[in-house]
Amino acid sequence: MGEAVIGGALFMCAALSTLVTVGIVVVLVGETLVFFRDVPVVEFLTGTEWTPLFAEKNFGVLPLLSGSLLVAIGASVISLPIGLLTAVCLSEFASERVRGVLKPALEILAGIPTVVYGYFALTFITPLIQVLVPSTGTFNALSASIVVGIMIVPTVASLSEDAIRAVPLSLRAGALSLGATRMEVSTRVVLPAALSGIIASFILGISRAIGETMAVTIAAGALPQITANPFEAVQTMTAYIVQVSLGDTPTGTVEYRTIFAVGFALFVITLMMNLASQLFLDRYRERYQ
Amino acid sequence: MAIVHDIDTGGSTPALEAKRVSVSYGSKRAVSDVSLVVPRHRVVALIGPSGCGKSTFLRCFNRMNDLIPSATVEGEVLFHGQDLYRPEIDPVEVRRRIGMVFQKPNPFPKSIFDNVAFGPRINGFDGDLPPRVEESLRQAALWDEVSDRLDDSAYELSGGQQQRLCIARALAVRPEIVLMDEPASSLDPIATQKIEELIFELKERYTIVIVTHNMQQAARISDYTAFLYMGELIEYGPTEVIFTRPAEERTEAYVTGRFG
Amino acid sequence: MSRERAPAGSEHTSPTPSDPTGATRALGASLPNDRRRRRLGTVFLGVCFVATSIGAITLMVLLVDVFLDGIGQLDPEFLGNYASRFADRAGIRAPLFGTFWILLLTGAISFPLSVGAAVYLEEYAPKNWITRIIQVNIANLAGVPSIVYGILGLAVFVRWMGLGRSLIAGALTLSILILPVIIMAAQEAIRAVPDSIRQAAYGLGATRWQVTRRQVLPMAMPGILTGTILALSRAVGETAPLIMIGALSFIAFTPQGLTDQFTVLPLQIYSWISRPGEDFHAIAAAAIIVLLALLLAMNAVAIVLRNRFGRVRSN
Repeated sequence: MGEAVIGGALFMCAALSTLVTVGIVVVLVGETLVFFRDVPVVEFLTGTEWTPLFAEKNFGVLPLLSGSLLVAIGASVISLPIGLLTAVCLSEFASERVRGVLKPALEILAGIPTVVYGYFALTFITPLIQVLVPSTGTFNALSASIVVGIMIVPTVASLSEDAIRAVPLSLRAGALSLGATRMEVSTRVVLPAALSGIIASFILGISRAIGETMAVTIAAGALPQITANPFEAVQTMTAYIVQVSLGDTPTGTVEYRTIFAVGFALFVITLMMNLASQLFLDRYRERYQ
Repeated sequence: MAIVHDIDTGGSTPALEAKRVSVSYGSKRAVSDVSLVVPRHRVVALIGPSGCGKSTFLRCFNRMNDLIPSATVEGEVLFHGQDLYRPEIDPVEVRRRIGMVFQKPNPFPKSIFDNVAFGPRINGFDGDLPPRVEESLRQAALWDEVSDRLDDSAYELSGGQQQRLCIARALAVRPEIVLMDEPASSLDPIATQKIEELIFELKERYTIVIVTHNMQQAARISDYTAFLYMGELIEYGPTEVIFTRPAEERTEAYVTGRFG
Repeated sequence: MSRERAPAGSEHTSPTPSDPTGATRALGASLPNDRRRRRLGTVFLGVCFVATSIGAITLMVLLVDVFLDGIGQLDPEFLGNYASRFADRAGIRAPLFGTFWILLLTGAISFPLSVGAAVYLEEYAPKNWITRIIQVNIANLAGVPSIVYGILGLAVFVRWMGLGRSLIAGALTLSILILPVIIMAAQEAIRAVPDSIRQAAYGLGATRWQVTRRQVLPMAMPGILTGTILALSRAVGETAPLIMIGALSFIAFTPQGLTDQFTVLPLQIYSWISRPGEDFHAIAAAAIIVLLALLLAMNAVAIVLRNRFGRVRSN
């Protein structure tokens, strides 16, 4: 009798996590549907102006999407190569002593709150950029990209390292015995063999960059615009959501519901990427088990 | 001290010669003071109970022990009279000229063709690859089984085929010597027989050093046999001598299966 | 040139027994191709180490930058004062208390739920599609951006349940945020308990819950606690979800109960960063030092636990 109750209670705990997902979907979809009563879906998805808080309201999400993408691309340019090379270095070249220093450094890097990265971007990186390119404004996409890039290096590095370590040592020995240099072993055998795991780490890293909020809110600005110029201010989807919730937008208005619509878009994008990443992960786990 | 019977090198420098080679892992000595001559175009078998250091010793010949940070190798390993362990020698070149086949088949997760082409490609081979791949696969007696599916993944082959693919992969680099570390230990009897026949053919072109724990196998395929025990060379000589009239009591005990 | 670049093969394609001297090239007479490969390998190694050190160097620069900016402001008054319109009188009394409240509440809510879920999935769950869905779902929740949890908290806790901008609403929001993180860490710790332990206990006639409670959980506990502390340190550093539930406001009191309004260190830091002016940035840096010190302390506890855990496992 007691056993059954305990089993049931434990099941409820596990099922709660599913309830959270259901809750997220219900809240986002519900409010977004109401939002689409006032704003046509087509305008939301294809409009190039985003001015819900102005007198003349436009609800095109593309400027926010473009802002998120610009920062995510910038962050990827930094974090993907650095993360991958770090993973190669840690698993293939570094001695135990070097590993003993670098691994904790990466863990600390991963544990620093994003608001701290925002501070670092605003008070250190941006002034540095301004020294090099004086026309850069206080808020710019580049500064945000750099700190977001640094922020996701640990994600990319640790997942890639897992994938690289899963490649059997016998493959490395095989390649070396054919006269491959250690670089050739890494680039021609180990990395191709770990490819799906590495791709998974890349996708997850980019997804995290898109979902990142505080550093971009602080450093990238609040100017929704479609631009590819990293020296300009932009507004990301996440930064917009923060902006609305900081303001005094009355609940129940169209403006207020934009946070759910944008939140839903953000949720869908990151969910897709996480699922894709999971697919690639399953593939490499299958191969080496 | 090891008993070494008459080894016929045909009057030329031997393909390989170990001179007082010792290998330690940290403070643990795995191979101690082994001297041994490998004549050209012969098959030399290293036998002995597991843990006797035969695999470790084999790896001295292509400097694979370099990869274990705690391993130290003392003594000289001469390849055509030159010490492999001289500091100016590039281990990459050593391994290209002295190939290796491992205990378990370790094909790369690539196509059959790309597996064989790997060595020539990294070594800057600028000739025609397909003939080189075909020739290597033929030498490894695998061509007839895979010629129509070279683009399939190597992982689709059976264990025995994978091992022959690994042999073809080693041969594609055109080494002078092939080291084999219990190449048939993970294979079934039929696949094992194929590998043995193959080794017999390969000695026409290559010098082969093979580690095996299977005494019948050593007797069948090798010209010379070295018996190692607890890191030391006990007895080395023509296979026929080692198996029929060994001079050392321990050798006799081992080859007749009285301990192992 | 092309002949030179051809590998060893061209010179001894097939040495035959009829050529016992086997004209062989001396070792060490390396081909140009080999030298190039060796150089390339060295360059690659260098690039790898440089790339790897970028993370560590940035970390150092960030810490030094924050430290230099903020250390001048860090005094007992700063810790004891409430926020103020004047930077030199402002302190972090309210966010410091708020952070401790949030830490305790979030831990108290998320720990039992997560461990329960992990125990269910590892020890109780049948291998069926429901279990599989729960497991996949947990992995996906771990990747949901934190601000989405904020939106959920806003809709469910603040408005639907009417909890307002209270401590409990904040703690609940952060609890569901770190739920998947603790569950996955706890699962791993439970999985590491050898099966022989369970079988021995079952063999003595113990029930499933007795086995779990008396054998499995005690052995897995250091690992579970490590994961929990690391997850809580993430909760302590979160800003965006709490902004969403409206916790960013001028708070000049310490919370006395679950339904009180509150602020936490990251919110206070954000609020100071978003003000123009060097002096507010300096106190933001000072608050960051305090926050990082707190996180460092939590991580140190986690590492000590993990090391002890590692020893237990290897014995």
